[in-house]
Amino acid sequence: MNAITAKSVETRLGKRFAALKAEGRAALVTFVTAGDPDAQTGLKILQGLPGAGADIIELGMPFSDPMADGPSIQASSQRALAAGMTMKQTLDQVRTFRTQDNDTPIVLMGYYNPVYFYGVEKFVADAKEAGVDGLIIVDLPPEEESELCLPALKGGINFIYLTAPTTDDKRLPRVLENASGFVYYVSITGVTGTASAAKADVDAAVSRIRRHTDLPVAVGFGITTPEGAADVASVADAAVVGSAIVNRVRDNLDEQGRAKPGLVDEVLNFTKKLADGVRKVKK
Amino acid sequence: MNKPNTFREGPDETGHFGIFGGQFVAETLMPLVHDVAEAYETAKNDPEFVKEKAYYLSQYVGRPSPLYLAQRLTDKLGGAKIYLKREDLNHTGAHKVNNTIGQILLAKRMGKTRIIAETGAGQHGVATATVCALFDIPCTIYMGTKDIERQAPNVFRMKMLGAEIKPVTVGSCSLKDAMNEAIRDWVSNVDTTYFLVGTAAGMHPFPMMVRDFQCVIGEEVREQIMEAEGRLPDTLVACIGGGSNAIGLFHPFLDDADVKIIGTEAAGKGLETGLHAASLTAGQPGVLHGNRMYLLQDEDGQIMEADSVSAGLDYPGIGPEHCWLHDIGRVEYVPVTDAEALDAFHTLTKLEGIIPALESSHAIAHAMKIAPDLPQDHIMVVNLSGRGDKDLNTVAATMGVEMGVNL
Ligand SMILES: Cc1ncc(COP(=O)(O)O)c(C=O)c1O
Repeated sequence: MNAITAKSVETRLGKRFAALKAEGRAALVTFVTAGDPDAQTGLKILQGLPGAGADIIELGMPFSDPMADGPSIQASSQRALAAGMTMKQTLDQVRTFRTQDNDTPIVLMGYYNPVYFYGVEKFVADAKEAGVDGLIIVDLPPEEESELCLPALKGGINFIYLTAPTTDDKRLPRVLENASGFVYYVSITGVTGTASAAKADVDAAVSRIRRHTDLPVAVGFGITTPEGAADVASVADAAVVGSAIVNRVRDNLDEQGRAKPGLVDEVLNFTKKLADGVRKVKK
Repeated sequence: MNKPNTFREGPDETGHFGIFGGQFVAETLMPLVHDVAEAYETAKNDPEFVKEKAYYLSQYVGRPSPLYLAQRLTDKLGGAKIYLKREDLNHTGAHKVNNTIGQILLAKRMGKTRIIAETGAGQHGVATATVCALFDIPCTIYMGTKDIERQAPNVFRMKMLGAEIKPVTVGSCSLKDAMNEAIRDWVSNVDTTYFLVGTAAGMHPFPMMVRDFQCVIGEEVREQIMEAEGRLPDTLVACIGGGSNAIGLFHPFLDDADVKIIGTEAAGKGLETGLHAASLTAGQPGVLHGNRMYLLQDEDGQIMEADSVSAGLDYPGIGPEHCWLHDIGRVEYVPVTDAEALDAFHTLTKLEGIIPALESSHAIAHAMKIAPDLPQDHIMVVNLSGRGDKDLNTVAATMGVEMGVNL
């Protein structure tokens, strides 16, 4: 790649990980779907997450066909779409969030088609302007890096790669070649929200990845409790929790699928418990 | 756009046909997808594999399938001479088995112990369950509940063959969603499982591999028509779901400039109603199920539900090689409505004593549309991709007949 290297892309992610390292603890990364269960409630959750202890926010871009997700996140995408969420509104929510918080990194996570349809160049420009720091696009492996990874780096946005138990030592360098921001280790072979990995396996996998990169390593898929988050925090640089948070949204809907009054508090209280778990672990 | 010297070279090493195709796959599956590609490269150059596949195609499937001159249909239309490539006479009743034989032999070579597949019409599910019975490998078939209902005979066949059927209740409850669920299963069972993709779409190498396995259709037609007519056909017609029966017929003829090639997509209740599956006519390039292809999508890049009376064509995308052939103009793609397909279904049944699959009826319908205006020495080959027994419930319903009650 000419001129730009992945390492030279500076965003809030780098600063946040550096600050946490100085603090001697791991990050809590929380996933919620933008506009779940509706735009207004989703925005309140988003705005409340840093206060509840989320160090980094993964914001899901709803998609009709989330192939790598289990039932919980599939349903959250469906709720958001049913409530009329669009890509433009997702970016607007980031923009609104940034009027109050200019430090918490936001990573947009999702699938390529809505981005491709929006237009890659326009998307990168609009996302950067809105205050997005990184992208995780599940169906864009390094084989397809020219689609969005390279344009994103050029536009000053980190492109975060997933690695999996199936990513062997031979393949890892290829995956890490243009990785930046952090590396996301998918700790199980499966969809989101279904199974959890054993701590020893996660430990071994994180060590293996560290032999290949200096980037912070986040671990996700299957973390559902404050204890689970603490376990991961003791071996990795970040613990990612998604389905378990999204399930708090699901559990606080009325019969028509509308947000019950306490929904936002329930989600944020649970986030706080996760954050307490992560913060207990000192390094 | 520059015309290539040959239309038969694709895909490139990364699985692209022009801008279409590719490997848009989650990291967990990426190593497995590379494994399949490598194993296939080795297998296709291995004389043992080629021999074994040829054996099963002839002795088990019953190939070659006849190229039958549909004289009464030809007479009735009063124009082009219409030949039917009788894929409906294959064991299991459709072209799908050409592909499942190839892939099950590959899965065996790879040491896989469990097979998964997606199915719409159930023909691919039946063809998969069949080869899994033959080779004693357990299989799980994903099928949307809407399709389970309208293709009940095939569901029962799969059960008899020992397959586990997993009903898919999300989204449109049809082929697209069955594909999503199969991918989710594959991610969750990476060590044991082979994903036996049923059409010429999905992540590379599947569009290429499925095409290669289906090319036996077009290769036979070349020989058979030379024998019958002493020359190549003027027109080929085939229906398109994901595109496997069509690409199998078309590919061996792509470089024969004088052969006009037409693919028919399902126009459902009519393009103007929005209830259709005409991805080329009404879709835009997008990325789903591992590849870039024309896709039916809304103004925000969300995939739309397709609609067709035929479960096998009820898919919002179309295989990448067809997308490319469409863009460069080598193949013409035309929409055919439910009503036109049903009319063709009845016509062929009455005139020739052949009950075609509703999918294949879309190809016949277009042949019926254009044949009358063509000269009598015009040779047309229509791919009769499958037989229609599976569709009798659906057809009965369109006639207001309840099976077993008011026959
Ligand atoms: C008889 C028949 N023809 C055609 C199709 C469409 O698939 P493809 O486009 O891959 O040939 C199907 C799919 O189920 C089928 O059963």
